[in-house]
Amino acid sequence: MRDLAVPMVGDRTDAGGGALTPHLPLMPLRVRGLGYRAGGRALIDELDLDLSVSGITMVLGPNGAGKSLLLRLLHGLIAPTTGTISWGGLPLSREVRARQALVFQKPVLLRRSVGENLDFVLRLRGATGTGRRDQLLEQVGLLHLAKQPARLLSGGEQQRLSLARALATEPDVLLLDEPTASLDPASVQTIEAIVREAGRRGVRAVFVTHDIGQARRLGDDVVFMHRGRVAEHAASKVFFESPASEAARDFMAGRIVL
Amino acid sequence: MRAKSIVFRLLDLHLPAFRKFCIFTPETEQGLCILHDFAESFRLAFALVVSGDRDLYEIILLSVQVSLTALLASCIIGFALGTLVALTRFPGRGLVIVLFNTFMGLPPVVVGLLVYLTLSRAGPLGTLGLLYTPAAMVIAQTILITPIIAALSRQIVEDLFGEYDELFRSLSVPVHQAMAAVLWDARYSLITVALAGFGRAIAEVGAVMIVGGNIDHLTRVMTTAIALETSKGDLALALALGIVLLAISMAVNAAALSLSSTAARQAYA
Ligand SMILES: Nc1ncnc2c1ncn2[C@@H]1O[C@H](COP(=O)(O)OP(=O)(O)OP(=O)(O)O)[C@@H](O)[C@H]1O
Ligand SMILES: [Mg+2]
Repeated sequence: MRDLAVPMVGDRTDAGGGALTPHLPLMPLRVRGLGYRAGGRALIDELDLDLSVSGITMVLGPNGAGKSLLLRLLHGLIAPTTGTISWGGLPLSREVRARQALVFQKPVLLRRSVGENLDFVLRLRGATGTGRRDQLLEQVGLLHLAKQPARLLSGGEQQRLSLARALATEPDVLLLDEPTASLDPASVQTIEAIVREAGRRGVRAVFVTHDIGQARRLGDDVVFMHRGRVAEHAASKVFFESPASEAARDFMAGRIVL
Repeated sequence: MRAKSIVFRLLDLHLPAFRKFCIFTPETEQGLCILHDFAESFRLAFALVVSGDRDLYEIILLSVQVSLTALLASCIIGFALGTLVALTRFPGRGLVIVLFNTFMGLPPVVVGLLVYLTLSRAGPLGTLGLLYTPAAMVIAQTILITPIIAALSRQIVEDLFGEYDELFRSLSVPVHQAMAAVLWDARYSLITVALAGFGRAIAEVGAVMIVGGNIDHLTRVMTTAIALETSKGDLALALALGIVLLAISMAVNAAALSLSSTAARQAYA
C-alpha cells in the first residue's frame, strides 16, 4: 500500500509559527457544586453549569443574583469556597486566565490616555507599533479620542474602551459583565456586532445583561441566575418561548423577583 | 497703642538681638525703633541676596546640596520600602505602617542626637570620622525624611494598586510590570511626596546643627546660619537667608501645587 501524507493531528510545524505550544481548547466549561461565601452569606450556592464549545451565552438575573461574582469565579479572580471549575478539562491557572478577557461591570482604566490604555495590553501580549491599536479604537469608535485621558471619557466611552482592551488580548473566551449598560442605541449595535463577529471567529462569549431584547438578539443559550444559583439554563429559543422557572417568568414579566 | 506695645515687648523678649539696634531716648518708643530695624534689616538682606555675596551663596549651595542628596537617598529607600509594604502582606505589617506614620513626625533634634551618638568617636560608626561633615548631615536628614516618603508613598501606591489589582490579575500582568505601571501612573503624587520631603529637609535645623556643628565654610547651612546670626545680632544676614529659605520653600510648594493641578486636569490623579 502507498503511504498517504496525512498531516498529524496537532502538528503545527507548518503553521509558520515555529515551536508553538499546543493550544488546548478551553471549552467546554464544566462547573460543579460551586460555592462562594462572604460575610456569612452563601452568595454563590451549589452552582452547576455546563457551557458548550461555541456560541454566545447570555446570563440574565435580578440585581444581586450573583452574575458578576460568577464571572469573577470563572475568571479566577476570586477563589471559590467549594466546588470545581474546569475549562476544557484544565483547572483555573494563570495560563487559562491569560486566554480569557473580562470586561468589568465598572470599567477599570489606567490613569493614562485612551491609546496608552490599549498600548499597555498590546505590549503585554508582545505586539508592537500602533496599527492594531488604531484598528481597535476605530472598531469601538474612539479613534478621535486616542490622546484624551481615559478617565475623562464618558461612561459609555469607558465601556467601549474596556471592550477594545479585552479584544486586544485576543482571548479565546470573552467574559462580558453588562458591557452595554450605559451605551446609546448606536453603540449598543456596534458592540453587539463586535461580539457577534468575535463569536463567528470562534471566541466563546459569556455575556451578562439586563436587556432581554439583547439576550434574544445575541444569545445562543441563556443562563438565568437567581439567588446564587442557576435557576434555568436553556437554548435561547426555548428559554424565551417557555421559561421553565417561576423566577425567570416573573423576571421577564417585569415583576420583582425576590 | 497698648496692644502694639505688648507685641513689641514680646518681640523684644524673644529676640534680644533686636535691642542692639535700638537707641533708647525718652522720645523714641521701643516699638518704633524695632520697626525701623526691621525695615533696615530687610533692605540689607535684599542687598545681600542681590549682590551675590559669596558667603551667603556658599551657605545656600551647601544647604541645597545636602538636602538634595538626602532627598535622593530617601527616595530610593522610601519608595522601595513604601512600595514593598504596599504590595505585600506579612505578619506585623500593620505595625510597620504605624511606625512609618509615627516616624513622619520624628523630632529633628532626636534624630540629630542619635546620629551624633552613632557617628561620634565612641559610637559604632565613629571610625568613619563622619561627624561634623556634610555627609553626617545628609545621613541625619535622610533618616528624618525617609519615613515621610515611605509612609506617603505606601499609601499612594496601595490605593492605586487596589484600583488596578483586579485588572492586572485579569490580564495576567507580571508582578514587576504591574509595579512599574503603578509607580508610573502615580508619578505626580510621588513627586509631590518627594517635594514635601525636600521641604522638610531643607527647613530643618535641629539635626544638622547637632551632627554638622555649623562650622563656617564646612557645614554651615541656611538654618544653622540663621540661628547663629540671629543670636549674634547680625539680622541682615539672618534675614537674607530666611528670605532665600522662604523663597525655596515657596518654589517647592508652587511646584507641588502646579504638579497636582496638572495631574488633576489630566485626570491622572
Ligand atoms: N465581597 C463581597 N462580600 C460580601 N458580599 C458580596 C461581595 N461581593 C458581592 N457580594 C454580594 O453578592 C451578591 C451578588 O453580587 P453580584 O455583584 O454578583 O450581583 P449581580 O448579579 O452582578 O448584580 P447586578 O445585576 O446588580 O450587577 C450581592 O448581594 C452582593 O452584595
Ligand atoms: Mg453585576
